[in-house]
Amino acid sequence: MSNGPLSMPYREREESVTLERMEAPLAGTEVEPDAELFTVNMGPHHPATHGVLRLLCTLEGEVVRDVVPLIGYVHTGIEKSCEDQQYWKAITFVERMDYLAYYFNAYVFCAAVERLLDEEVPARAQYLRVVHMELNRIASHLFWLGTSALDLGAITMLWWTLRDRDSILDLFEMSGGQRLHTRYFQVGGVMEDIPPGWAAKCRDFTANMSTRIDQYEALLDENQIFIERLRNVGIVPQERLRSLGVSGPLMRATGDPWDLRKTMPYCSYEDFDFKIPVGTVGDHYDRYRVRVAEMRESLKIIEQAVDGMPEGPFITSNRKVALPPRHELATSMEALIHHFKLVTEGFRVPPGEVYEAIESPRGELGCFVVADGSSKPARVHMRDPSFVNLQCLPDMARGELIADLVAGIAMLDPILGGIDR
Amino acid sequence: MEIRRQPLQTEPQKFPPKTGDNLRVRQLRARQMLRGELEDSELGEYVESRLGLTTLAKAQNWARANAPWPLTFGLACCAIEMISVVGSPRTDAARFGAEVFRASPRQADMIILSGRVAMKMAPVIRRIYDQMLEPKWVISMGACASSAGMFNNYALVAGADRFLPVDVYVPGCPPRPEALLHGINRLQEKIKGQPDLGWRERYGAHGTEEVWGRTGSEGVAGDPG
Amino acid sequence: MIDATGLELIARSVRGSLGEGTVRDTVHAHGQATLDVRPEAVRDVLAYLRDDADEPFDFLASLHGCDYFPKEPRLAVHYQLLSTERRERLGVRARMTVEDAEAGTLPTVTDLWATADFQEKETFDFFGVRFTGHEDLRRLHMPEDYEGHPQRRDFPIGGEPVLFTYNEHKVPRWYE
Repeated sequence: MSNGPLSMPYREREESVTLERMEAPLAGTEVEPDAELFTVNMGPHHPATHGVLRLLCTLEGEVVRDVVPLIGYVHTGIEKSCEDQQYWKAITFVERMDYLAYYFNAYVFCAAVERLLDEEVPARAQYLRVVHMELNRIASHLFWLGTSALDLGAITMLWWTLRDRDSILDLFEMSGGQRLHTRYFQVGGVMEDIPPGWAAKCRDFTANMSTRIDQYEALLDENQIFIERLRNVGIVPQERLRSLGVSGPLMRATGDPWDLRKTMPYCSYEDFDFKIPVGTVGDHYDRYRVRVAEMRESLKIIEQAVDGMPEGPFITSNRKVALPPRHELATSMEALIHHFKLVTEGFRVPPGEVYEAIESPRGELGCFVVADGSSKPARVHMRDPSFVNLQCLPDMARGELIADLVAGIAMLDPILGGIDR
Repeated sequence: MEIRRQPLQTEPQKFPPKTGDNLRVRQLRARQMLRGELEDSELGEYVESRLGLTTLAKAQNWARANAPWPLTFGLACCAIEMISVVGSPRTDAARFGAEVFRASPRQADMIILSGRVAMKMAPVIRRIYDQMLEPKWVISMGACASSAGMFNNYALVAGADRFLPVDVYVPGCPPRPEALLHGINRLQEKIKGQPDLGWRERYGAHGTEEVWGRTGSEGVAGDPG
Repeated sequence: MIDATGLELIARSVRGSLGEGTVRDTVHAHGQATLDVRPEAVRDVLAYLRDDADEPFDFLASLHGCDYFPKEPRLAVHYQLLSTERRERLGVRARMTVEDAEAGTLPTVTDLWATADFQEKETFDFFGVRFTGHEDLRRLHMPEDYEGHPQRRDFPIGGEPVLFTYNEHKVPRWYE
């Protein structure tokens, strides 16, 4: 430490880091040898990057020749922190990773741990999980729609989508107690049952939301400016996207109907009847249309789930994993002991490793958990979709204008919390 | 230790204002003023009651407080709630003058640090704070920006007040939009120079603060033991 | 879902075409299949699984590292493969010691799948595993000049010590 880089004063250290290798020959781009290239840093603090994303753009005039994304500006060490926490405490850490799709983060971690424990989740809990996840999907797409339209200049959408997102957050507050990061999903089920009146409020919401989506489409779908900015812009061939590991709406916009809810169903998604919207060309306009159509399909799933919600327990009855109900603590000594052990030490998971993957609003969200027999995980790795999808940004942006780069970031839907973890 | 209380207001307040005791009287007075019918002492009274006297500093503070333009500085999850504050019609920052989120630090008055401050991002934030023009204020929103939040590890700076002077801390993970608005209100009061009196001032409970770090006088200051 | 026999068949075909010592172990647990391979042969195994196998896998879902401290060999890199046609997942794991990892025994797979680019950088950043053949192996999340590899198990978690009272350092411990 005494002679290393950290002993130098801040400015010296900063200047000693060079970016020569990054500005090195632009492989694979059509640049004339005498073109005047200009490097611009769209810094971590920028209104149009969705979060603290730093882009090193090499420009020739207004045309982007190369883009190098530099990340790590909100790296929180979530994966390492999880190794220090009990499993049920790690749920809160993992939730804050992709901070718009918090239910999905929590679900994939809980599903991985349940697989390690060979734990059965009761049917009611599965349906409740589905409802909350689909509500979160709609909320995430609404926020994406608002901020992306804001980036492209359609500021009205921000007000409208945030208004509708507030109704969803009201539902979350009613069931889980908080608007964001509710810690509602627990290993074995959900934290507690939905209160009376929640189902009715949810049906109200779905009834209103269809007309709202109609309004959004009426505003933007055939909007001249929207079409000019998004049509035939940012096309990446499907094979290249598959090689880049891109999944989710970006892949579906190119025409590949790969959606883990349908192809490898989990959490009783096979009980529901919904379609997978796909695009044709794979440009930004298709990506926009795919996400808006996905919102409609999510509404269908929510309606079916709320109507067909089975009765039963909302969490597994295995007292070694889930807390016993409070009223039992007064009468049963065993329940008291289980409660004590679960709260102080947490449940132990037999050694093993598991990779679980689900379909989050941005693509395939995976969770790799290694258990070593103690009450704390030995390794948690989240395969975040935004992290992998970000790699297709240079392909999208090469040869296009800066304005198209901004549209590309918007349509990519990156969440920096997930990218940086 | 004596407790000082403020005496209750026993006499009725002087309301409505001096020029009349109801709206009709005030309206007639205003009409007389416009027609030029008021004479010396009455004119003087009327003008005094309609005039507000203040100092330049107070007026400046009032103006600054009522239009704090925040810098768009969303880092992580708290940024979502911050955007809800400005965008959602339920909790609206526009009524407090804070809806104009400037992207350039040169044009912004305050910076709302919403989200976790990573080690890599800290010099960036400091540089942007330095680029802001005086007077400037900092609201540290959320648990991660005030302390390390729940992430007490190698990657985060434990609280933005390690490298920035913070004026208002808003706790929560994430704080509700209403909580952030409350924080903006407290900042406005601070700018106007009227910070809310804490409970020690209200109940005269001075001498109960904990003091630490001073040599030889460990313990509670003012403690009889 | 690959069952145990399917996994053994895959292992046999890999051994058959690439050599007996390639696959060290097969693990089938919790309904998931993992192949444990020699680090030097990882790229060949993945290329074989992508192109030549009877049941090819076309999608690299994840590439991540893991530290099995204190069990040796300590560092491991996991590759999660997915076949979109047959809807099956297969895990490939390569375990090596810290010295081997830093010497660069593991070949890169960026020429097979472009997605490996960021993910290999991340694994290098957090575990110190060098991938030979990667054009631009540099730190991704941590600052450029950071010393140490944070997600190794013997790297301290860091952070601030939590003080519970103002004079904690003066109060004698209860066990003293």
